[in-house]
Amino acid sequence: MVKFENVTKQYGKDAPAVDNVSFGVAAGEFVSLVGHSGAGKSTLLKLLIAEDKPTSGYVYLGDMDVNTIRKSELPGLRRRVGAIFQDFRLLPDRTAYENIAFALEVSGAAGKDIKEVVPQVLKLVGLEDKAKKFPRQLSGGEKQRVAIARALVHHPDVIVADEPTGNLDPVTSWDIIRLLARINEVGGTSIILATHDREIVNALERRVITLDHGKLIRDEIKGRYVI
Amino acid sequence: MITFFRIIRTGIVGFWRNIWLSLATVLILIVSLSILTSLIILNVVSDHVVADIRSRVDVSAYFKPDASESSIMEIKADLERFDNVASIEYVSRDEALARFKEEHADNEVIIQSLDEIGNNPLEASLNIKASEASAYKAIANFIESKYSELVDKVNYRETASLIDRLFSVTETVRRAGLAASGILLFVAFLVAFNTVRLAIFSMRDEISVMRLVGASNFFIRGPFLVEGILGGLLASTVTFVLFLGLTFALSPPVTRFLSGYDIFAYYYGHALQIFVLQLAVGIIVGMASSTIAIRRYLRV
Repeated sequence: MVKFENVTKQYGKDAPAVDNVSFGVAAGEFVSLVGHSGAGKSTLLKLLIAEDKPTSGYVYLGDMDVNTIRKSELPGLRRRVGAIFQDFRLLPDRTAYENIAFALEVSGAAGKDIKEVVPQVLKLVGLEDKAKKFPRQLSGGEKQRVAIARALVHHPDVIVADEPTGNLDPVTSWDIIRLLARINEVGGTSIILATHDREIVNALERRVITLDHGKLIRDEIKGRYVI
Repeated sequence: MITFFRIIRTGIVGFWRNIWLSLATVLILIVSLSILTSLIILNVVSDHVVADIRSRVDVSAYFKPDASESSIMEIKADLERFDNVASIEYVSRDEALARFKEEHADNEVIIQSLDEIGNNPLEASLNIKASEASAYKAIANFIESKYSELVDKVNYRETASLIDRLFSVTETVRRAGLAASGILLFVAFLVAFNTVRLAIFSMRDEISVMRLVGASNFFIRGPFLVEGILGGLLASTVTFVLFLGLTFALSPPVTRFLSGYDIFAYYYGHALQIFVLQLAVGIIVGMASSTIAIRRYLRV
């Protein structure tokens, strides 16, 4: 589903942020990407959603070569990859419902479909009673659920989560991780979770890829957080 | 189609969100469009005035008091053989006096001084209308050279210089107006450009979210283009209505001044053409400025 092939990303003349990394993620897989801050986790995810281009190497999503993609194909790519972030990236002047509907509106979905899909995903993330709340009226965990719901509306092949629990307390963090795990199990959506939360990684007992200074140093099927 | 409507709606929302900036853009566009429209009206008015003066002026040959009516009629017959002489009117001394008195009937001083003179001080004249303006000079020269002993003076050069002067004045006004509207249109362009630029900056977060959730370029850029077009649309509509009122209000005095030429009738009669022109200029300025701002500041 997702494949990184000898990917190197260098910003300026510093040491590369990502140094010759290769790995693949199969459909339906749940992968944790761990390492210290600055180890290259976010950079890898940025490369996958084509926010940045690798200095060398290839990134594939299915049969799509993400680096050489034409500008007109970018929206299509980004609909196949749902992205969630530490800072949620919700629009403050729209309600939870509108934030989710927005993702459908901008891609030309019909009003009828929007009215059908948005309540569904809201229910899936357990926020059906918060539809009319603005982000400032929601807790951090709720905001992240809205972001997850928004990432889900396009039925993406893969969800990339960049430190989704970075701003949340441990209990809420677990709720979010469980939600992601359920989406992975029920919907078969691949998930790439970048985190440095040791407990979460150890408890998940899923595949773990460890990065250090841009290099891939460990890739284990039932991994633990070891650095 | 639904995308199209959403883009337009988003554009209108954006226009409202920056309403003061948008109004500044619209205002300056209105000023430049107004100058442009004034130019159009000035053009037709000056054309009309020139045509009017041309049709009114003619070659007037004034005859010495001792020229007999029969010799004047001979000259008239002689002149009528010219191809480009349209008409000749003979005004006898008595008739000239009658007209003069009628014209100055309410001026006591003139009437009294006429009475004091006792005899008729006016000269008989031939008023010749030519079919084209260029023929006046030839006709005047012909009369002056052939009948110099009977003719006191031939009056045509004065009106020629009047037409020249009128032309040069309107030409100057036209050029100055064109330059002014050109400069103002450029300023309008810059203001519109800046408005869209600021809108793009203030929507940074929204734009980054749009990209994140896979909005097409068209959807991200479209609303800003709509904003620009909307400004042009509003400005041209306001200008059109403004001039409708203005020409209507100014019509009576101008009509009196311009011997029956009605600028409101002209404006109303050419409403469609004028509005289309205003629309075209307004929308092109709005569209061009947004397009350039988008290309510069909104990399997708």
